Amino acid sequence: MHDPASINGHTLKPEEQTALLVIGAGPAGLKAALAAVRAGVQVVLVDENPVPSEVMGDDIPLLFGNRMTGAARNRSAMLEAFVESDPLIAEAFDAGVDVRLGTIAWGVYGNGPSVGWMPGPVVGLSDGVRSWMIGCERVIVATGSRDMGLAFPGWDLPGVLGMTAALRLATRYGALDAKRAVVLGSTSAALDGARQLRALGVEIVAVIETAEAALAPADDFTALTGGVVCRAEGGMDGVTALVVSADGVEQRVECDAVLLAISAVPVIELLDAAGCRIEFSGSRGGHVPVLDADGRTSQAAISAVGDCAGIACAHDVAAYRMDWVRATVLASEDTFVCRCEEVTAREILEIRPPRYLNWPDERRNRRDLRALLGEGAPNPDQVKRLTRAGMGVCQGRRCREQVACLLALSAGCELSEVPLATHRAPVRPLPLSVAAGQEDPALAAHWDTWFGMKAQYVPFWRVQPHYTAATRNDGGEVSSE
Amino acid sequence: MSEKGNSVVIVGGGATGLSAAWWLAQDGVDVTVIDKGIVGWEASGRNGGGCSHHFSPLFAEEQRLWPQMDALLGYPTEFQPQRIRIAFDEAQFALYAQAMRNAAHQGFSSDILNAADIRRLVPLAGEDAFGGYLYKFGGHANPHRTVQAYAWAMQDHGGRLMQHTAVEGFERSGGRVSGVRTDRGVIGCDHLVLAAGPQTRHLAAMLDIDVPMVAARAEMIVTEPLPLMPIGGVDGNGLYGRQTLRGNLAYGGGPHEWVEVTGNKVPPRASTPLMRPLAGRLARLFPRAAHARVLRSWAGIIENTPDGRPVIDRIGNVTLATLSSIGFGLSPASGHAIRDLVQTGACDFADLSSFRLERFAQLEPDWIALQGWQTGQSNPIA
Repeated sequence: MHDPASINGHTLKPEEQTALLVIGAGPAGLKAALAAVRAGVQVVLVDENPVPSEVMGDDIPLLFGNRMTGAARNRSAMLEAFVESDPLIAEAFDAGVDVRLGTIAWGVYGNGPSVGWMPGPVVGLSDGVRSWMIGCERVIVATGSRDMGLAFPGWDLPGVLGMTAALRLATRYGALDAKRAVVLGSTSAALDGARQLRALGVEIVAVIETAEAALAPADDFTALTGGVVCRAEGGMDGVTALVVSADGVEQRVECDAVLLAISAVPVIELLDAAGCRIEFSGSRGGHVPVLDADGRTSQAAISAVGDCAGIACAHDVAAYRMDWVRATVLASEDTFVCRCEEVTAREILEIRPPRYLNWPDERRNRRDLRALLGEGAPNPDQVKRLTRAGMGVCQGRRCREQVACLLALSAGCELSEVPLATHRAPVRPLPLSVAAGQEDPALAAHWDTWFGMKAQYVPFWRVQPHYTAATRNDGGEVSSE
Repeated sequence: MSEKGNSVVIVGGGATGLSAAWWLAQDGVDVTVIDKGIVGWEASGRNGGGCSHHFSPLFAEEQRLWPQMDALLGYPTEFQPQRIRIAFDEAQFALYAQAMRNAAHQGFSSDILNAADIRRLVPLAGEDAFGGYLYKFGGHANPHRTVQAYAWAMQDHGGRLMQHTAVEGFERSGGRVSGVRTDRGVIGCDHLVLAAGPQTRHLAAMLDIDVPMVAARAEMIVTEPLPLMPIGGVDGNGLYGRQTLRGNLAYGGGPHEWVEVTGNKVPPRASTPLMRPLAGRLARLFPRAAHARVLRSWAGIIENTPDGRPVIDRIGNVTLATLSSIGFGLSPASGHAIRDLVQTGACDFADLSSFRLERFAQLEPDWIALQGWQTGQSNPIA
């Protein structure tokens, strides 16, 4: 007999089943799906692209900076463009892979020390209209990379976007609205991205590097080294210029796009939320899954391939991110780092309660980051709970790496010591009506607000002096509070 | 003995332990709180924030203190008064009346609401409510902010906090606990308070005290911000939760999962696809919020005693404190009660006889199986 109000005694029944689920139809995911289907394995391959333009407007899943052309609003045209942009997609279709575009994977689940009701690996999917669960024997996560955000005055203007986002729009959607771009960052990945865009007709007017020299050969660009980003100028229609200071002299660079190419960040959201072990590696692009020789994570049924498994970097990612944040974000303390919740760098480091509380800033209740620190490094989740930085609709995609750098700089510790701010399912915002499933009658029959224990809510003036399981009154309905 | 008077060590930096430490520190007691991690990292920071526990002997004190907590602590708790509960059928309506009767017994009033009242008071509600209640007591606060406020206020009064510190055992002399052995050395004490949530059983067992309890995992979801309703504490349809002052809907309810806690280790707080029925129930409670996007789901691990009621009891120079899965809202009052037990041996403002450990003296050894609280799975559900 199991406590009927508990989930113990039940097992989730997913709406559908496959042998292998591959998440992400980029090069690595397509390759993995094709190899598996050719080995006779039943494969479902999901990819969230093409992303609806209103979702792109919230910088989900990439920092699109509202630099999509009007074509992005035409979903079927985008679907066509996306399929045509990589012949491997058609090849996967033809080989028998069940390819589903426009399908989000928002959660990967399995049993563990505190969960026993999964039938095995289970993944939550959604097509934007409804959601469902798919059970599988194995999951391959191939979710690629995204761009680290960087706060400076005007970084919320349309036209300040990530390099990965710009390349996605230009090469996969044919919907990038930019003609003259400034690139922030001079790693080989940044410059390769700039060259791809240049080949597609985007003029790269300058490459800005905060270090004294470019990190990779940049002779084919106008490079400005030792530069500090002061602000982006522009208006409703977007950025019109970037003001940069080098050696104390301000320069105004006219442009219609500022491309953040400081650091590509492996997209580990699903892996972290699923409880896979994550480590910080300065040579693999920051926080990455711990993998064995076969690419398996600490959860044997879940593997990672492609950029989300790690991005080889010739430079020290931690030092480079910290340098940019020190030079730019710390220099503009009153700019919103967390744009969703409107939290500045100063408010993050002073652990200020959010402004809507109107809490008086008196000496007696002033607490900065040092007041939080025990013996451990600063924890971004704790800072998030108190300042709300990272709690918004973009789910921390714009500010996560900046906040970690700010905390490390302020506490004087290594970036690798700052714990990873937790990822949680759903890793894409999901409307209640879409997330909702049909409630199983077995669940509904015993659904209670809290534990369904009658004894818990007996008013104290009626409690008996002794309690035993045999004499407990468990009949009738319970009114939990 | 220290210069400031008797020294008290509290194991557990959750709402209960920190509130007790804050009360003791205000008395000038030399108090140290030890936590294995960060304050409020477990259930104290993962709950619905409700403050309306009309069945508890601590209710009157809970109600007296919450409206003053911002001023008393000196840091914001986001406390907001009053609660509404919406019923979707006659059975739910009859069930939810118990809160009104319990509170009335203790001198607090409620209004009965009809469907039109609900539409007026709860802008996100729909047309299909059967009826409900406006409880003119209780309310809700922000658990994260409140737990941190306790910690800072406790430190402001001279209390000490040791985070990332694991308890390994206890020093005893003459039948009394004289110190706490940690991975950072022994901390001497004249009195020990165990307020360590699901780990309380393991820690008490080291002192040959049996505190029967089983841990469970429970889940919540939160949406993006929506325009503020006049009263943010709106429960119903099998859900508890609140609209935060930022506007997010943070809600939980439904099945829990009994889990194994081995020794001093808390299992990971994984969430599951239970998010989907939670979302469905929330969309029914607030049809005008059905478009709101879920941003996160999470879980907490909480303990329950066999009858789901707290143990707040003193044995020698040890005070035991488990609130049995209902601790956050009662914490201003439970800390006060623990302070009284530590300082004088008896609570001077409430009758804690229903919280005594002795009530389990006749408990069956196999009570877990008898109540069906063992782990294990079988029947498929969608």
